[in-house]
Amino acid sequence: MAPPAEVLAVRGLSKTFPGVRALDDVDLTLHAGEVHALIGENGAGKSTLIKLLTGVYRPDAGEVVFQGRTVSFGTPLEAQKAGISTIYQEVNLIPLLSVARNLFLGREPRNRFGVLDMARMNREAEETLGTYGVRVDVRRPLRTLGVGAQQMVALARAVATDARIVIMDEPTSSLEPREVETLFAVIRRLRDAGIAVVYVSHRLDELYAVCSTVTVLRDGRRVHHGRLADLDRLSLVSTMLGRELGEVRAEGLTKFTGDHGAADAEPVLAATELTVPHKLHGVSLTVRPGEVVGLGGLLGSGRTETAKAVAGALPLRSGTVTVAGVPLRTGSTPAALRAGVSLLPEDRKSEGIVPGLSVRENIALAVLPRLSRFGLVSESRVDSIVDTFIERLRIKASSPHQKVGELSGGNQQKVLLARWLAMNPKVLLLDEPTRGIDVGAKAEVQKLVDELAADGLGVLLISSDLEELIEGSDRVVVLKDGSVVGELAGDDVTEEKLMRTIAGDGPARDTVKEAVVDG
Amino acid sequence: MAEATLRTLPLDKARVLHWLQRYGVYAGVAALLVVNTVITPYFLTVENFRTQAVQVAPVIIVALGMALVIGTEGVDLSVGAVMALAASVTALYLGYGLLPALLAVALFAAGVGLAGGALVAFVGVQPIVATLALMVGGRGLALVLLPQLKDLRNPALASLGSGDLLGFPYLILIAAALALLLGFVMRRTTFGRQLLAIGDSRPAAQLAGLPVRRVLITVYVVSALLAAVAGVLATARLQASDPTSLGNLMELSAITAVVVGGTPLTGGRVNIAGTVAGAVLIQLLTATLIKHDLPPSWTQIAQAIVIVAAVYAARGRGKR
Repeated sequence: MAPPAEVLAVRGLSKTFPGVRALDDVDLTLHAGEVHALIGENGAGKSTLIKLLTGVYRPDAGEVVFQGRTVSFGTPLEAQKAGISTIYQEVNLIPLLSVARNLFLGREPRNRFGVLDMARMNREAEETLGTYGVRVDVRRPLRTLGVGAQQMVALARAVATDARIVIMDEPTSSLEPREVETLFAVIRRLRDAGIAVVYVSHRLDELYAVCSTVTVLRDGRRVHHGRLADLDRLSLVSTMLGRELGEVRAEGLTKFTGDHGAADAEPVLAATELTVPHKLHGVSLTVRPGEVVGLGGLLGSGRTETAKAVAGALPLRSGTVTVAGVPLRTGSTPAALRAGVSLLPEDRKSEGIVPGLSVRENIALAVLPRLSRFGLVSESRVDSIVDTFIERLRIKASSPHQKVGELSGGNQQKVLLARWLAMNPKVLLLDEPTRGIDVGAKAEVQKLVDELAADGLGVLLISSDLEELIEGSDRVVVLKDGSVVGELAGDDVTEEKLMRTIAGDGPARDTVKEAVVDG
Repeated sequence: MAEATLRTLPLDKARVLHWLQRYGVYAGVAALLVVNTVITPYFLTVENFRTQAVQVAPVIIVALGMALVIGTEGVDLSVGAVMALAASVTALYLGYGLLPALLAVALFAAGVGLAGGALVAFVGVQPIVATLALMVGGRGLALVLLPQLKDLRNPALASLGSGDLLGFPYLILIAAALALLLGFVMRRTTFGRQLLAIGDSRPAAQLAGLPVRRVLITVYVVSALLAAVAGVLATARLQASDPTSLGNLMELSAITAVVVGGTPLTGGRVNIAGTVAGAVLIQLLTATLIKHDLPPSWTQIAQAIVIVAAVYAARGRGKR
């Protein structure tokens, strides 16, 4: 058997956005019939790479050789016509057109009068989709199908357009387990047909189930490539997160604070069996007063969803939350706030600050009803709270009346912290509290979290910064694919143990993996 | 004097736009007053000012409610229909006396506002679609209740429309009082600040535990009630209920006043004083052109220019 032909060779691809080197000198080679895993944390450059390959962006440097020719696609359509199809997380089809119309969009069969041959189109659509395990009335509008079936239509469409390369960006994020199996079967068929597949996912089980080779990106650079079988899960996770195992072992840990919480105190927060379709599958955790509980896991493991579910910002299918022993009405942010749960959201810009309002109004936003009588705001009480927090958190603004949108990221974050602390919470949920803020502000925020815990607040900390998570937390609950897969406490809170748990290297995990491979 | 000129000399484009955005509408009103004083005979008479003010009062009242709705990143197209509904209901219940009639009007208007607010807040219908439905339906209901123009003979209603206090017509006093009240609400109450936060960033407001739905519904109810007040006052002045034409295109006049007054359509800001000035500016502009015998088409073109200028200035602010 001759070695498979090289379909794609990317050399020295670079792309810079204002202030960010999104992709730095990245190489990538794809052969016919190869299923290639492309992985990396948020901001590692996966999306940029995909967008460069499919003509959404133009590279600053480097070349793309596709089937022996140097190419430069101007639009995604050009790339698709040349044979590079992309399936995005969000299905990019036309919901109101019929399934068959979507499948044949842009290349509809016509009869001899140049009119659409609907009968033939529907017949062929039915046949094609049948091979993907989708048996539906192809005359129905696409939107009446489930997300999984829609994804299959997108996939069938991508393959039907004579694709040589199919790029799948987290294709399973909204699929049921059974649909995932169908998808894998399709991927294997593509592989056997000599099509190269680029598979982007954070679910390690899936990667090991279908991928043969892997490229790991970190901070815009390629940090690893090769056969996936040669890289065990722990090494994969450590490569992705940029933590050398040996290094961690040699240096030991710099634990800067002792344990805060009294181990036997009643939990101030207890979440039981939180379930959100496609996102959380029975997550349970507790936080005691004065304790910082870290929430570990990869991107998409359900950390943010857990925090949002606790704060009432995500409707639950089932599960309960109790705060200081009192059951909380779930799915209501005001109820959670009244009970003493405050959430510092991950997306500071779109879910946190109100950019057009002043520092003062932003700090007072949530606590306003408590500073008012009969709906009339007491300006003096607002001023005193605002002044207290501006001083305590060292918020740097030209005046309390400066617009929050004009502040630096770190100061915006402090304004948000002030907003929640003004509520005098019992539990503080911090989702990536130090992401995108400068080093000085980062240290201040970390110190503040420590102080708050020492004052008896229960803190749930989510951070992609492993060091921060390990050093800041008394206990770490590890999530994976929306379930709790482990809990580290005391001396077990180490980077290595955390990565092992994330990788799922325990014996139980391996059986799961085998099952997936066999299935 | 020389110093002042020197300091204002290096005016770059952004600063001009910023100034226009902030004070343009007042400058426009001032300019029209000056120009009219010079070129329009009998402009500086009490009688003329009284006429202008009485004409603009209903627009101001409706525009105040519109400003609140626009502050939440919405729009209320049903205000004209609510005015017509108010006229019909007034005619229908005036037999029981003025007060019961006003009460009935308030109930009907609140119903329309509740429906619009609920569609927006609970069902998640876009404001323009939800209130478009109510605009059509509201006008329809008004015509079902009272199919044609009806003369109203009620002394109390007549005095509401043409009476005055210390020389000021009730219409003007009511509009002024409402403007002051809403200015106070926006400045000093939790409701006002929550409204702005919701208009600026709905997700942030939601996560901050604000009563987003309650505020949205209240805003649409307030807008409908204000439109009803304008409808009753206009009916009182006419001494006739005219559900066919009363309030026609009022939604557009109100939106114009709000936009010209410097309230951005993107929400998060409400300029009450600017809205009042915006309504006055359009009124003066129209009056000027009419008084100089220019055809109505000229009035519309002039309005269009003012709107485009206002939007341009607002865009400059957004980009800064």
